[in-house]
Amino acid sequence: MGYRYELRFGGVGGQGSLTAGTIIAHAAVFHTDYYATQVPTYTSQVRGGKAKADIIICDEPITFSETTKVDFFMTTHQSVYDAYKADLKEGAIILSDPALVKDIPDEDRKKYKIYEYPLIYTAKHEIGNVVTMNVIAVGICVGLTHVIDKEAVREAVKDSVPPAFLDLNMKAYDLGLEVGEKLKKEGPPKKA
Amino acid sequence: MAVDYTNYLRMEKMPLYWCPGCGDGIVLKAYIEAIDELGWDKNDCAMVSGIGCASRVTGYVDFHTLHTLHGRALPTAVGIKMSHPDKHVFVFGGDGDIAHIGGNHFLHACRRNIDITVVFIDNWNYGMTGGQHSCTTPLHVKESTSPRGSYEPPLDAAAAAIGAGATFVARGFAGDELRMKRYIKEGLAHRGFSIIDILCPCPINFGRRNKLGDPVKLMNYMKSLCIPKEKAEKMSPEELEGKHITGVIHKDEKKTELTDSYYGWLVKEAQKSDEYWAKYTTGRLKEEDKYSITKEELKGLYPYDVEIPLKKWKKL
Amino acid sequence: MGRIAFINANAAAAEAAIIAGCNFYAGYPITPSSEVPETLSKIMPERGVPFIMLEDEIASINACVGAAASGAKPMTCTSGPGLSLKQEAIGEACIMELPVVIVDVMRGGPSTGLPTRPSQADIMQAKWGTHGDHPIIAVSACNAQEVVFETIRAFNLAEKFRQPVYILTDGLLSHLHAKVYLPDPEEVEIIERAKPTVPPEEYYPFDYNYEVPPLAAWWPKGGPSYRFHMSSLNHDKTGFPTVVPSFIQHQEKRLINKIMNHIDEIEKFEYYKMDDAETCMIAYGSVAEAARVAVDEARKAGIKVGMFRPLTIWPLAEKQIRDLRGKVKNIIVVEMNLGQYILEVQRVVAEKIPVYGVLQAAGIPIRPAQIFEKIKNPEKSVEICMTEEELKKFGGGE
Repeated sequence: MGYRYELRFGGVGGQGSLTAGTIIAHAAVFHTDYYATQVPTYTSQVRGGKAKADIIICDEPITFSETTKVDFFMTTHQSVYDAYKADLKEGAIILSDPALVKDIPDEDRKKYKIYEYPLIYTAKHEIGNVVTMNVIAVGICVGLTHVIDKEAVREAVKDSVPPAFLDLNMKAYDLGLEVGEKLKKEGPPKKA
Repeated sequence: MAVDYTNYLRMEKMPLYWCPGCGDGIVLKAYIEAIDELGWDKNDCAMVSGIGCASRVTGYVDFHTLHTLHGRALPTAVGIKMSHPDKHVFVFGGDGDIAHIGGNHFLHACRRNIDITVVFIDNWNYGMTGGQHSCTTPLHVKESTSPRGSYEPPLDAAAAAIGAGATFVARGFAGDELRMKRYIKEGLAHRGFSIIDILCPCPINFGRRNKLGDPVKLMNYMKSLCIPKEKAEKMSPEELEGKHITGVIHKDEKKTELTDSYYGWLVKEAQKSDEYWAKYTTGRLKEEDKYSITKEELKGLYPYDVEIPLKKWKKL
Repeated sequence: MGRIAFINANAAAAEAAIIAGCNFYAGYPITPSSEVPETLSKIMPERGVPFIMLEDEIASINACVGAAASGAKPMTCTSGPGLSLKQEAIGEACIMELPVVIVDVMRGGPSTGLPTRPSQADIMQAKWGTHGDHPIIAVSACNAQEVVFETIRAFNLAEKFRQPVYILTDGLLSHLHAKVYLPDPEEVEIIERAKPTVPPEEYYPFDYNYEVPPLAAWWPKGGPSYRFHMSSLNHDKTGFPTVVPSFIQHQEKRLINKIMNHIDEIEKFEYYKMDDAETCMIAYGSVAEAARVAVDEARKAGIKVGMFRPLTIWPLAEKQIRDLRGKVKNIIVVEMNLGQYILEVQRVVAEKIPVYGVLQAAGIPIRPAQIFEKIKNPEKSVEICMTEEELKKFGGGE
């Protein structure tokens, strides 16, 4: 097997974290030559229930679509972090919002590369619309991991947002990319 | 004008299945006369029934007929009407079939106002299976499962139909053939959900048990319960207790019929939309949107040694 | 000329139904099948064909029966509890010999069970859910692309044999978004029901001269209108009820034979690395994908194992399973239930070789590692189980 990258996007219902995953999967399928699958898991609690989307990006046809060694995990809620960190591989990249994921054990910080960034605050106050949170997350994810080509993802963002909000989302995406690259260069903080 | 009944009946299925003194045959006669007066082609008519004495009608009328499950005539008819909105679809059934086991379907068919005419034959019991009490059996009336009298309050199906949104509701009596025919005809001609609730004697299972005498006596007893709408308006609620108010008791011609709403509104809305789906379904697919998959690409999506239905490559 | 989409298996089933010519949908929403009506509610009005959500599952399947009898190609979709409600009318479709396609997205049970979690627990319900002797066809699929192909095939089988056909998928597939190719209708073979060759007055809906009697549309475009009667009671060739024993025996046997005489056309299966296999996995649906990974891993470890994957669940691939007895030393059946398909395998194998099972109905997919463990040690139980600590705990939590 050549290239295989597993991503997990988790949040509570209503945050839009799963949309971030959808954008990356769409980018892989429609704008690159990779194969991709996306498996969302959620509860019957429409708002506030734990939800995640597992994405596999692979250069070969994907037959079994369950993620077992997650490379990247984005989370915007403590309960989601606790529930879905089990399948992470050693040294996985975690992106979390410190405002909502407050309690990360020290052993996790040793095991994984944990990056904390105020996603929701940035969306609200720098971009000006909280719904752009998922696009910022997409940008940071791509900047951090280089999982697929950033221009492919840009096309997917364009496909998935309403035309009226295109500029706003492009701004969010660029900001995310920049932050991602910066975080990658700096490396994970040793101790928060 | 004499009606040629044989034109509408499957004569090889005669004689009728019903007991002597039963009102179902009279209802069938009135019904055929109504269809004949409307001049409808029997090729355009479909009738669905469930299970029960009245539901046997589908075997006798020479339309497109379905004799379906107990209580499920209405949803089956909805399936036919939705796929053939220009045809006439009827349901024939009894109180147990339509109002009791099929009560939920009945309420929602009323609400949707789909153009189906229901002839609802209310004989106050499950006649075919031996006279068990049903949802329309009046209080304290004896049936095979209520030997001391029924202890349940009955359902007024016509009132329920009005409440649920039916747009034509009439009550008739099997012993009053002329008026009944008029109601059925008006119900058939009405565009929307119409129900004709017909009180019908069951001398064997209802009359006998309640010591109401021979069919004629029973017919007279039931007739005494029927009060025309005009007369009832002048009577007090106490006087109307237990009575069957006959006539066209509700008619609404403003509410949109369901297939009109679907084909006349939704389909038009959907077809003018410029959504992603639209271009694939209405033939507006542009050349550059078309995609011809190569064998290798398909192998990437479906890497199994199994036959596929694509004519080009039966086996990958 | 088709198109590429990134959709889940439910949407794939809906899109494929349209490709296959489905022109009537009635349903009642139920998790995890809701994407099917959601997708169809967009497409069907654009095509000018009816889509309706009815008051319950019973109404939906009965509406499909009515639509099928009058000449449409109907589909309905549901999950476990809804399928239980539909059963009576599925029997009606069997006895009236009406082509109805039923998508069943299996979820955990019994009862309300596990609405959002996958399972394969409706295998026996699909076969024996409705009462009385009757034939049934059920197909399954292991990924969204196969759902497209199998949905088209299900419609074809339904039309060809005048028979209700199930498409069994599960909650895991229904959530799995993948890249799929949606072919153009011209690219695939679409079978329509046989049209009568006799004039209306000589037509019988259950004519004894045919194995599968032609089903006349009530109002065919441009042709004469065929008026006939169909009853849900046991009937003779005219469609009218009968209680004559010889007529009934004939009818019941014909219903079974019209399927069983064509079993080779209906069966579809895949052999994976079976040439030199000594152990055979039997798995179907989404579980087969986990089994495939386990087979690959075991092969890497030098274990000679292969997989037999039935795509047609019912009628059973009896001949193929019987043949395995002479080829392999043992069989491992993997399924997301507590043992349904394995019962049939055991019956056919008749204790000639050992049959083991990985039978897990825990609401989570069976993992390749569990199956690999079973391959290495068939006697060992690999299913998930409660720990001592969990047994002592007050409750399970969410």
